[in-house]
Amino acid sequence: MNAAPEIHPEPLLQVQGVGKSFRKPDGDAVIVLEDVDLQLRRGEIVGLLGRSGSGKSTLLRLIAGLDVPTRGAVRYLGAPVTGPVAGVAMVFQGFGLFPWLTVLGNVQLGLEALRVREPEMRRRALEAIDLIGLDGYESAYPRELSGGMRQRVGFARALVVHPNILLMDEPFSALDVLTAETLRTDFLELWGLAELPIGSVLLVTHNIEEAVQMCDRLLIFSTHPGRVVSEIPVNLPQPRAALDPEVRALVDRVYIEMTARPRARGAEARGDAASAVRIDTPLEHVSTNLLAGLIEALSAAPYAGRADLPAIAQALHMEADDLLPVAEALQLLHLAEIEGGDICLNEAGQAFARAATDERKNLFARELLAHVPLAAHVRRVLDERSTHVAPKSRFLDELEDSMSAQAAEQTLRALISWGRYGEIFAYDDQRQIFSLENPT
Amino acid sequence: MSTERLPISVLRRRLLPGRWDLVAFVLVFGTLAYLAHTAVGLTHPLSRLTAARISLSPWALPGYAAQTALRMLVAMLASLVFTFTYATLAAKSRRAEAVLIPLLDILQSVPILGFSFTIVFFLSLTPGRAAGAELAAVFLVFTSQAWNMAFSFYHSLRSIPAELDETARAFHLGPWMRFWRLEVPFAMPALIWNMMMSMSGGWFFVVAAEAISVGNTTVTLPGIGSYIARAIAARDLGAIGWAIAAMTLVILIYDQVIFRPLIASADWFRLEQEARLTPTRSWALTLMRRSRLFTRGADGFAGLVRLGFNRQLLPRRRPPARARSQWADALWYGAVALLTGYGIWRTGQYLLAHISLLQMLHVLGLGGLTLLRVLVLIALASVIWVPIGVYIGLRPRLAAALEPVAQFLAAFPANLLFPVVVSAIVAYKLDPNIWLSPLMILGTQWYILFNVIAGASSLSSELREVGSNFRVRGWLWWRRIALPAIFPFYVTGAITAAGGSWNASIVAEVANWGRHHLVAAGLGAYIAQATAAGSFAHMLLGIVVMSAIVVSLNRLLWRPLYARAERKYRMN
Repeated sequence: MNAAPEIHPEPLLQVQGVGKSFRKPDGDAVIVLEDVDLQLRRGEIVGLLGRSGSGKSTLLRLIAGLDVPTRGAVRYLGAPVTGPVAGVAMVFQGFGLFPWLTVLGNVQLGLEALRVREPEMRRRALEAIDLIGLDGYESAYPRELSGGMRQRVGFARALVVHPNILLMDEPFSALDVLTAETLRTDFLELWGLAELPIGSVLLVTHNIEEAVQMCDRLLIFSTHPGRVVSEIPVNLPQPRAALDPEVRALVDRVYIEMTARPRARGAEARGDAASAVRIDTPLEHVSTNLLAGLIEALSAAPYAGRADLPAIAQALHMEADDLLPVAEALQLLHLAEIEGGDICLNEAGQAFARAATDERKNLFARELLAHVPLAAHVRRVLDERSTHVAPKSRFLDELEDSMSAQAAEQTLRALISWGRYGEIFAYDDQRQIFSLENPT
Repeated sequence: MSTERLPISVLRRRLLPGRWDLVAFVLVFGTLAYLAHTAVGLTHPLSRLTAARISLSPWALPGYAAQTALRMLVAMLASLVFTFTYATLAAKSRRAEAVLIPLLDILQSVPILGFSFTIVFFLSLTPGRAAGAELAAVFLVFTSQAWNMAFSFYHSLRSIPAELDETARAFHLGPWMRFWRLEVPFAMPALIWNMMMSMSGGWFFVVAAEAISVGNTTVTLPGIGSYIARAIAARDLGAIGWAIAAMTLVILIYDQVIFRPLIASADWFRLEQEARLTPTRSWALTLMRRSRLFTRGADGFAGLVRLGFNRQLLPRRRPPARARSQWADALWYGAVALLTGYGIWRTGQYLLAHISLLQMLHVLGLGGLTLLRVLVLIALASVIWVPIGVYIGLRPRLAAALEPVAQFLAAFPANLLFPVVVSAIVAYKLDPNIWLSPLMILGTQWYILFNVIAGASSLSSELREVGSNFRVRGWLWWRRIALPAIFPFYVTGAITAAGGSWNASIVAEVANWGRHHLVAAGLGAYIAQATAAGSFAHMLLGIVVMSAIVVSLNRLLWRPLYARAERKYRMN
């Protein structure tokens, strides 16, 4: 590991071989995290990057002591973590403010719980409020504040307990771009001036630019199950401008790491990429409008069928976490290929871009039946039954043999939406049945 | 720390009393003096509680009304204490939950007046003193209020948003602090709504509970209920008019002094963090917020609560048990099953010893009759109130004016109006089997009306514009736009109305006017007569049959309807 030289050597936090699985009602386990190792030293900001479903938020909760790992151990200052630890504070994605408490009340919450006495408590709370730029808002209620101000309260509440480790769970993702940028730079400035009473920071994010801008080290997670697939040190001086070529190059590299992994892993396990998709491969629901939209954007100028992922994400005002599922759905349907941080339409994709509505639906249906085994399976079952009708529960049960109930539900929802678009079957939500009858 | 460092907003306010304090002072000490006066009455001997002592003079009414209102308040406080303990236990302990929640469901279905046999028990607690009778009345009102409040609180505890829960845990809130800082505030809006519904039902039963006879035990507590009972015996329609006026006033005062402030403060606890466009206003809340006396009091309470944060009042929650002890589970559920089995056996044995199977069938038949009444009445009320509710709901200004009226009518104890109707039935010699029935729904039909109004007002102006734009009118408009929009609301209203009607049947199927005694054949009349005769076995049978019908009706009709409404007619 290439730690920056000024970082203190003793680890604040050690995560060793941690795994987390959830037990389903029928007793099988769904693995969310597998064999994660991680060290956090004093004075560094470490970013956990990964797609949704990579278990990075789960890892954060294990570290916070909000949940217990099924394997391995989390150690804070050498002692195992068994419940919420004093010295670890968290900033939440949705702020987690109590609407019935004022700004001051929210900030004092952690101190009250630590039984800090009144004058001392108020002094520290006001100090934190000052530091984070909330002066004058002490008696406001969260509902009176804008999103940015609310998250500042979230920060102040965490800072006021002087935590050794600050955990941040996508703290800027509920904010608009401009506000997020302001909060990030404010935070980095205070961090750079060493004014924050914090030892080190663990940041969960899906925003690649944000991670590169803020962190000293990045850990990249794979999905299903979540594992650390690579570690990227960031040895660039602060402040890091978004358009700086070195920053851009690093962003590109992270994109490549994040898109290359799933295929490589599938290929490892099953020989080649095509056979990696099975009946029980979880599907992520991506609207067909988004699929068509990305295909059209790719086929038009200036991309002419091939685009750099970070570049097209920026052009379409999408974050990596929004764009990657769409890109991967295209790859799954063999309408596009992803290679080395680039996305490239193949022949079917090009044809789709040129086609009119009905033709598009036919083409989509063909690709769906050919490359998503679950779609072919549902269709086959419907064809084989004399009534051409099958209940949703039949397929849910089947899927739940290998995935959680929630994932099965989500997979079927994705399939229903795609199947409806391609008109390969009909679905009645009121009666929860699949059929071949389309109303004529 | 110097005062200059303090932001202006947290500086202590001035200590001199203001004009709001004067109002508050009068209110508080007036109440205290009144409470002290009433408390003395509790030690009076029971013999003073006879119907003869109830005066029919209108001047006696304010005193009676105040006592009735006080019973309500005490019952409400008891219900709150019950809610906080019972629901919390159910939400925090898996084993307790498995027993407590179904139990609550059954308790909810037991007709309130079925609990009247407990009077004998309460009287035995304080032999010869009025306190026992008061306790009994308060308990009856409590049974009409507590269950849905507990359900609401339990439901809130189970649906605390993950992020707030994690915040509380990550910042090390102890159980006591968590309860007051997170759980109670979060549950507040729903709880306040349920308290209002409970209050509405409560008025009905406080009036019924004040003058009640179980076998040889007759209780006549000074209050509006016994005033009415005496007026009925004396066939005094004028006195009944006065009682209705007094009750109206009491309910209005309750609304202004207790519920308006509560609703206005409920906005405070709402999770949707956007400021509401039209916050509920309440002069009483303004008074409390601006008065030093009340703020001091509130600060004192908050201080007491906070004291608990520092001490360990409740044990810290243990870390989630990984391996659930299967032996303990088996033992627990085994014990519960055994106890239940024993209960069924004893009840069955008791009933069979006193009542023949044929009689039981007869009671079932009576249950069918009352069921028929309830269903027909709900249907009739729907046919009348749904179109009217939609008409009102689509006119925002009319709705704003009339919704509180409908809510008031729902709260008004319809049993005060019974004598008026009954005197007419007697005068015109009408068939009680038919004409007593409407009494059952007299008080509860308003739930249908105000829910439909709420539903129609929630129909988005966009959908209405779509309707006019595509010239959807007449029956098509009702089928495609109005009825689907109000359906979930209507179902809620109908469930409440039906539940209330079952309860009311016990009072409505039997009625007196002077020496005239009217009876409509039905389960309600059966229970009422068994109660008056002090025949415990018949009463028990009646209650069991009614609970069973209500529970099955809930499971087979209302819940599926509600689930359907939830699934089909909501966008998200």
